[in-house]
Amino acid sequence: MKQKTREGLISLALLSPSLIAIAIFVYGFIARTVQISFLDWNSFLNLLQNQKNYVGWSNYSDLYADPRFQTDLWNTLYFTLFFIIGSIAIGILLAMLLNEKPRGGIIFQNIYLFPLAISFVVTGTVWRWIFSPGTLPDNPYGINLLFQKIGLSSLQWGWFTNTNSFLSFNLALIAVIIAAIWQYSGYTMAMWLAGLKGIPEQLIEAARIDGATKWQIFTKIIFPLQFPITLSAIIVLAHVSLKAFALVYNMTGSGPNNVTDIPAIYMFEATFRANRYSTGSSIAVVMLLMVGLLIIPYLVNVIFKKES
Amino acid sequence: MRIFLSFTLLVLLVFVLTPLAFADERVEIFSWWTGGGEEEGLLALLEFFSANYPDLELINATVAGGAGTNAKAVLKTRMVGGNPPDSFQVHGGAELIDTYVKTGLMQPITDFLQEWGIKDKFNQQILELCSYQGELYAIPVNVHRGNVLWYNKALLAQYDLEEPTNLYTFVTALKQLAEQGVTPLALGDKNKWTATHLFECIMVATLGATKYNGLWDGTTSFNDPGIREALVVFGEIINYVNEDHAALTWQDASERVFSGKAVFNVMGDWAEGYFKTMGWTPGQEFGWIAVPGTRGSFMVITDCFGLPKGAPNPDGAKAWLKTIASVEGQDIFNPIKGSIPSRLDADQELYDPYLTDSMHDFTTAALTPSIAHGSAAPEGFITALHDALNQFITERDVEQTLHRIKKAAADFL
Amino acid sequence: MSIVKTKINRQIIIYALLVLFTSFFILPMYILVLTSFKPFQDVTVSTLWNWPTSLSTDGFSRAFKKLAPNLLNSFYLVIPATLISATLGSLNGYVLAQWKFKGSKILFALILFGMFIPYQSILFPLVQFLQAIDLYGSIPGLILVHVVYGIPITTLIFRNYYYEVPTVLTEAAKVDGANILAVYRHIFFPISLPAFVVVVIWQFTNIWNEFLFAVTVTSQPANQPITVALSNLAGSQVIEWNIQMSGAIITALPTLLVYIFLGRYFIKGLLAGSVKG
Repeated sequence: MKQKTREGLISLALLSPSLIAIAIFVYGFIARTVQISFLDWNSFLNLLQNQKNYVGWSNYSDLYADPRFQTDLWNTLYFTLFFIIGSIAIGILLAMLLNEKPRGGIIFQNIYLFPLAISFVVTGTVWRWIFSPGTLPDNPYGINLLFQKIGLSSLQWGWFTNTNSFLSFNLALIAVIIAAIWQYSGYTMAMWLAGLKGIPEQLIEAARIDGATKWQIFTKIIFPLQFPITLSAIIVLAHVSLKAFALVYNMTGSGPNNVTDIPAIYMFEATFRANRYSTGSSIAVVMLLMVGLLIIPYLVNVIFKKES
Repeated sequence: MRIFLSFTLLVLLVFVLTPLAFADERVEIFSWWTGGGEEEGLLALLEFFSANYPDLELINATVAGGAGTNAKAVLKTRMVGGNPPDSFQVHGGAELIDTYVKTGLMQPITDFLQEWGIKDKFNQQILELCSYQGELYAIPVNVHRGNVLWYNKALLAQYDLEEPTNLYTFVTALKQLAEQGVTPLALGDKNKWTATHLFECIMVATLGATKYNGLWDGTTSFNDPGIREALVVFGEIINYVNEDHAALTWQDASERVFSGKAVFNVMGDWAEGYFKTMGWTPGQEFGWIAVPGTRGSFMVITDCFGLPKGAPNPDGAKAWLKTIASVEGQDIFNPIKGSIPSRLDADQELYDPYLTDSMHDFTTAALTPSIAHGSAAPEGFITALHDALNQFITERDVEQTLHRIKKAAADFL
Repeated sequence: MSIVKTKINRQIIIYALLVLFTSFFILPMYILVLTSFKPFQDVTVSTLWNWPTSLSTDGFSRAFKKLAPNLLNSFYLVIPATLISATLGSLNGYVLAQWKFKGSKILFALILFGMFIPYQSILFPLVQFLQAIDLYGSIPGLILVHVVYGIPITTLIFRNYYYEVPTVLTEAAKVDGANILAVYRHIFFPISLPAFVVVVIWQFTNIWNEFLFAVTVTSQPANQPITVALSNLAGSQVIEWNIQMSGAIITALPTLLVYIFLGRYFIKGLLAGSVKG
């Protein structure tokens, strides 16, 4: 028992530099942000004076009533949903194709992976050019121009400048979602490929001998085995989507009537442009809660479930 | 273990040494002039400074992006942290006064101008923009004009149109052009400020310079019918802009005029720099007039430098301020940057036809501070106006937008 | 015969799909490279797909001239930050996987949470903190930031790696009376190379591409890493996109090379980065 305590203390000592750093940089700073979100620091003067004037929930209730923020929440919901579905589906498809070990597979694999290596600052700009609609029908730009050249003019539309919505889903988001899927489906692909290597050949072979079709093998054997990996990918993608600031900021900005706005952009503008530090902090806290709702149950589940 | 130890030591050493690298003989000048003509202008100015003050080492601290918004954010955090540069770029007007002067972060520099005996050399209206309660807080180094209507000369001739002189003839011209199937007015409001920029020009047209300026000191009410009228006209004009305006930046919008796809463009005179970079000659391929209805007004955007309290090297900062206040300094910087000097005694020979034209108007017109560029109102108001107009362009609800503008005025002015 | 035929058909379908996706993935890269070789006048949204009227390497030479010092800065930043965070992660992972104690799982979860927070929620206090300890605006300050926010992911990867090592080794060492660090040094550190490779690649790419912290923490061009300098190329007036895109290619080159030559380790890293019980 005593030995155990001593060991625990030594372990703790070894961990302590990291623990202290995380305690300050993560939890301390979050606490500070939460505090600011309850203050009236909505001008540069109030920030400078550093007076702690608590205003209760008023920053949050202002946000709740703010049409821009409501749009932001819908956008986040739909963006996250479609981005995850798209990246997972395409990623799995690519992994299954490459798993057939076609000649030159490694080249294809690298092509699908490289977007992960490039900063959003660059890809955002390039995608903005590609999805710039131009003036239709006479002067199409970007992808619309390509459509015209290959005789698919009927596919032309306003992309991220379109202000229509369907069930609060702003259609303009489609362009942003495509760009995000482009950047991250390689991630799912890589995780699946790595996972597929761990599936014993005999298992598949046995199923095949039993007369299972390719599709059955996929749905009954491969997918269930790959489920934990897929789940981790979903979690990572979900939190990437909440951090998609740089992509949206460089590609579309808030868009007409905020059709492509997300909380991260609103937070940035409120804090660094409008000097509304408390408003910005309350947006940051809401973002944190959204991530927390997703991540905490997941962490608790995977870390503590195997305890028994 | 030894590897770890030496590793740790190395890291500690780096941490300890870095702050020591700051010596006193340095002057840190903070700006967002990082590319194109503005950077070249700044570098020429820095060279001029170094020739006069060889003992001082200039640190050219710059943060680019978002027309200065990144730089402003970094600057504010430095000011809050008590870590100011020796002098920094700031737009004259509200951005300087509300953010830095009223908060007690700047030192008055009225004495400097008196000492150098050059106070009367400046446009006095622009010194007003940099003053608070009778004290001057910054030296304006350049002046840009916001209310300029640019046009493609060939297209204007092709469609047989005159330069529009008031809002009415302007809207009529736009309408005629739309019927001809060309984009009448190019707009690129991917970044929201360009819509506000257009709107503020229309505000000056409907209110007049005096009433417009009165909005910011409280002598004009936001209930004035001129604001409602501005919104109605703005809504009308927006009907004639390119459909894909939300995908474009102001540069892309200027490019529409350059490539002959659009006839007009309302933009500050940095657009002239764009046209010239693209190979156009002012007065030949493109022409300009004040935005219709704003002829006697000069929407002013001015970059200033001041002296923050707690500047590490105030003497160095003073030397810098003297440099940019000098006629030589202004004449080195402005022709390259594509702006006009804030002094009235500059050498006109150095400036191109557009700029000399602008210099002439600058001496006679009534100056109106720009909202979109931070000179008229505090940042809280600006972002609220951006948001209100952004929604208006899609939904066209005059009453609701008017309500939002009034609320923003009540909250932030 | 028919089996061979379906096999060939399958191959055709597979290749068709692979090529289809390749064109989707290559498209933006094509624009990037094309634009970087255009002279300034050719670069507009309307002529996006056009070939350059004349091939110009002007963009590259100008971008490189401006970015060279910052390229060096990025190495000064990325190398120490990567090594320190990898070292800390290795120690943490070792303790959390092999020296479990009461509450160690909670601590692990608390550390891990730091990986998922939106950095907006700590940005403002972070800047104030760095100013208070006089590291604001410097590369060491940025190193500190990346080391700390790198701890969760590096800890996770090493913990998963050491988790596969039977605790018998550690238990035996305990009986021998070897102390915790001696066990790490003689047993775990020597077998850690694969995990180190994975962590180093991961951290290298992430820190190299990071923009938010870099732009908020460093304002003097002399101290800025390349991502910030790249965005500084744009300026606030006329953006010369040919230089910008050339700069982007230069910026992406080190990480691209890492991917091309060490891609398989990166894939391992991704897998190791998944949260396991």
